Amino acid sequence: MFKFIVRRFLQTIPVVIGVTLLVFSLMHFIPGDPAQIMAGETAPPEQVERMRERLGLNDPVYVQYGRYVTNLLQGDMGQSIRSSRNVLDEIRPRFWITVKLALYSTILSVFIGLIAGVFSAVRRYGLADTTIMIIALFGLSMPNFWLGLMLIQFFSIELSLLPPSGWGTWQQTILPVITLGTAGAAIIARVTRASMLEVINQDYVRTARAKGLSERVVIYKHALKNAMIPVITVVGLELGVLLSGTVLTETVFSINGMGRLVIHAISSRDFPVVQGVVLIFALMFVLVNFLVDVSYRYFNKRVDYN
Amino acid sequence: MEQPKPFLEIRNLTTVFDTDAGQVKAVNDLSLVVPEGKALGVVGESGSGKSVMSMSILRLVREPGRIAAGEILMGGEDILKLSEKALRRIRGNRISMIFQEPMTSLNPVFTVGEQIAEAYQVHQGMRKSKALERSVDMLRQVGIPSPEKRARQYPFELSGGMRQRVMIAMALACNPSLLIADEPTTALDVTIQAQILDLIKSLQTELNMSVIMITHNLGVVAETCDYVAVMYCGKVVEYADVETLFREPKHPYTLGLFNSLPRHDEDRDELIAIQGAVPNPTNLPTGCTFAPRCPDARPLCEQEAPALLDQDDNTQVRCWKFTEKWQETVENT
Repeated sequence: MFKFIVRRFLQTIPVVIGVTLLVFSLMHFIPGDPAQIMAGETAPPEQVERMRERLGLNDPVYVQYGRYVTNLLQGDMGQSIRSSRNVLDEIRPRFWITVKLALYSTILSVFIGLIAGVFSAVRRYGLADTTIMIIALFGLSMPNFWLGLMLIQFFSIELSLLPPSGWGTWQQTILPVITLGTAGAAIIARVTRASMLEVINQDYVRTARAKGLSERVVIYKHALKNAMIPVITVVGLELGVLLSGTVLTETVFSINGMGRLVIHAISSRDFPVVQGVVLIFALMFVLVNFLVDVSYRYFNKRVDYN
Repeated sequence: MEQPKPFLEIRNLTTVFDTDAGQVKAVNDLSLVVPEGKALGVVGESGSGKSVMSMSILRLVREPGRIAAGEILMGGEDILKLSEKALRRIRGNRISMIFQEPMTSLNPVFTVGEQIAEAYQVHQGMRKSKALERSVDMLRQVGIPSPEKRARQYPFELSGGMRQRVMIAMALACNPSLLIADEPTTALDVTIQAQILDLIKSLQTELNMSVIMITHNLGVVAETCDYVAVMYCGKVVEYADVETLFREPKHPYTLGLFNSLPRHDEDRDELIAIQGAVPNPTNLPTGCTFAPRCPDARPLCEQEAPALLDQDDNTQVRCWKFTEKWQETVENT
């Protein structure tokens, strides 16, 4: 298992290099001259030239990339154009807010999704199954910003139960997490149900029953562990979707996380910040994929990435 | 032949499957005695209801199948009337089962040691570490080399024969009084088949277990069993001790089975098959279910179903040929 983890971890290195290459190229794909854009549309040519010199845009591309990576390794992501602060300092306080939001939402969707999916599968075609699947279909079909607005309308405005915005107290956590987690819960419920239905008729499930195990152990230990592989794939993918979903959710609930930071950065053409946030999101995605693969291995010992 | 002492008695068992095409009686009013400490072979073609019968004993039949009627008596207690909890205490403990497909009958995500240990944990309340030790002993007993290492492996790391040994170890963990082996060697190659059969046979004598050996292979019966029940269309058509059955098969279906065996002492180009096919299970004939395929069938056979009747040599046959009524029809024609 340890060897497997090390090997799988080494495999993330080329991916990370690719990610930095792509993020680095962002600057160069922007239409027009980045120096001009950064200096401002009306800046005189000398100022643009100074900006170009400052950004090192006169050097060959590979030198620029080398410098970018060297700086990255030293934790330097450049300076925000808007606030002149270090990009990393801009991101740092917001990073954990977004990570918490994404993590809580994932936990919520996995918890609800698994329970609902198993319940549905065990009572296939029953009333409970049909009801759960219809609810899941709704959950899946609702855009999350709309769900967020509806939740604010109902719980904050009509009932005055929960705050409509901000982040920090547990009351402020509930609505954003539901908003972000609902679609995931719905997808996980559907995948779990399908996967369980397949597993539930396998010979080894019958063996487990023949051994004298209780139905609870048969379902939750013997069947569910086998049904987990497709579910984990979806959880991993969902976490990616969720990270991007934070952008909308943070905007709807005025949460000062990375999502909102990047929206502001884009609208004010603060490219170093955009680059920084995109890089962080990409690295988080790489990390999630790594964790998903490691847990595959936990659930199915036949998995071997060579 | 002396009458065997029964360990388990199946009385008028009917197990049905509700399908879109109608109700299928996979096991149809079947009665059978499983003798104590002996091996009973259950033979029959695919679809004769052998497996469903054996699964009914542990109530493992799943939707759309269900046990519609009958009694399964063990020590005066009807298994079919037990609560789920009481039933679980029997499963894997007093009655164990091994299945046809060793490749898929073990759970791929647990080590074989863990899977055997579960039996000890659930039935003897053993702690996991102790149970794992015991499972290593069990693996050794079923002839698995370096059992300590094997116990930590997953089923996919083991060959088919190895896995079937693991299944046997799991089934025998709690010293069951009855082992049901549902075609335990069908999926294995011939040399391994013999090893597994020898293993079951020797463990049966050693532990003085009753065994139900489900098979379609008469050779397996001859090698491992003391008694035989021949099944056709969900019913027992002949019940005898092995010697009598092989020396003097009575039911035309049993005869057909013997005739269809390949033989070394005869120069035959083609194997003899029983004429026709198993009747449509949703629409069984009114009389004897074997009548449409039977070379000896008379009008009587198609009108009325025969009962399973005791014969002088302590065997039982379900055939009009062995009744007085048959004599009358012969005299009449």
